[in-house]
Amino acid sequence: MLETLSQPWPWYVSGAVIALIMVIMLFFGKSFGFSSNLRVICAACGAGKHLPFFDYNWKAQRWNLLFLLGAIIGGWLSATFLSNGEAVRISEATIQDLQQLGFAAPQGMQPEELFGRESLFSFKTIALLLGGGFLIGFGSRYAGGCTSGHAISGLSNLQWPSLVAVIGFFIGGLIMTFLLYPLIF
Amino acid sequence: MKGFKFILTGILFGVVMSKSEAISWYRIQEMFRFQAFHMYGIIGTAVVLGVIAVYLIKKYNLRDYQGNPIIFTPKEKSVTRYLLGGILFGLGWALVGACPGPLFVNLGYAYWPVLLAILGAVAGTFVYGVLQDKLPH
Repeated sequence: MLETLSQPWPWYVSGAVIALIMVIMLFFGKSFGFSSNLRVICAACGAGKHLPFFDYNWKAQRWNLLFLLGAIIGGWLSATFLSNGEAVRISEATIQDLQQLGFAAPQGMQPEELFGRESLFSFKTIALLLGGGFLIGFGSRYAGGCTSGHAISGLSNLQWPSLVAVIGFFIGGLIMTFLLYPLIF
Repeated sequence: MKGFKFILTGILFGVVMSKSEAISWYRIQEMFRFQAFHMYGIIGTAVVLGVIAVYLIKKYNLRDYQGNPIIFTPKEKSVTRYLLGGILFGLGWALVGACPGPLFVNLGYAYWPVLLAILGAVAGTFVYGVLQDKLPH
């Protein structure tokens, strides 16, 4: 059993479980959307004293922070008990493209060049992770949701604004990948 | 404890995102380079099943576990905020190789530098709160 679970799961299993999670949250009377947590964290740190955007009853969103806690535990469980330590099996074409940018072929889940311990001592990677994170936080709040809130919950409810947001996600992602990556790396 | 079910659901989320490698920067790069079906398969399956589930919930007026009607709040109509916000989000998503959920799953995976991206994401959210009135929506 554990051995089977330790293999990478196919896309259709993952997609079905993600849909199931969205449905479970609906039956809990909540909605699946992860980036709201970032707003909750700002509000919990007292940002509401100065800014109306954070002056709301964030304590009613505690369930979402518990979901976040679960997500961290889930990552830890996977790494500790459900991983066979194999490298991510991406396509040969991607490996070659990334090698041209200076990234070695995958050794694990994440590239050492960005997420290895050494990157904490490189000004460039620190700036990239902080800056990339900033865009994720700013953009998801501006767009009113991230991949879970728009691409999964919003599209499932056939919301046009979510489709616009998802198209935006891809425009931004393609600009970063094809125009900016060659300049950055 | 009433909140325990949310922790359990979050654990399921963390495990499935890890085991399908959707938390991997490599997979996100592969997706944006259109070099594999994997991520499209994940999102596509989730959306197709999600559409069917939401349709059934609405058609049969299903209720949540406490007996309250399940309410879907329509998103406000606009293009500017979704497109501009979406593009900025996409730039960050492709750079860090993770969206907000996977950022935290990666933390559980003990990729500590991801804390910097989480810090950046909280800062970005805060700055949005500062600039909200000045931005076109």
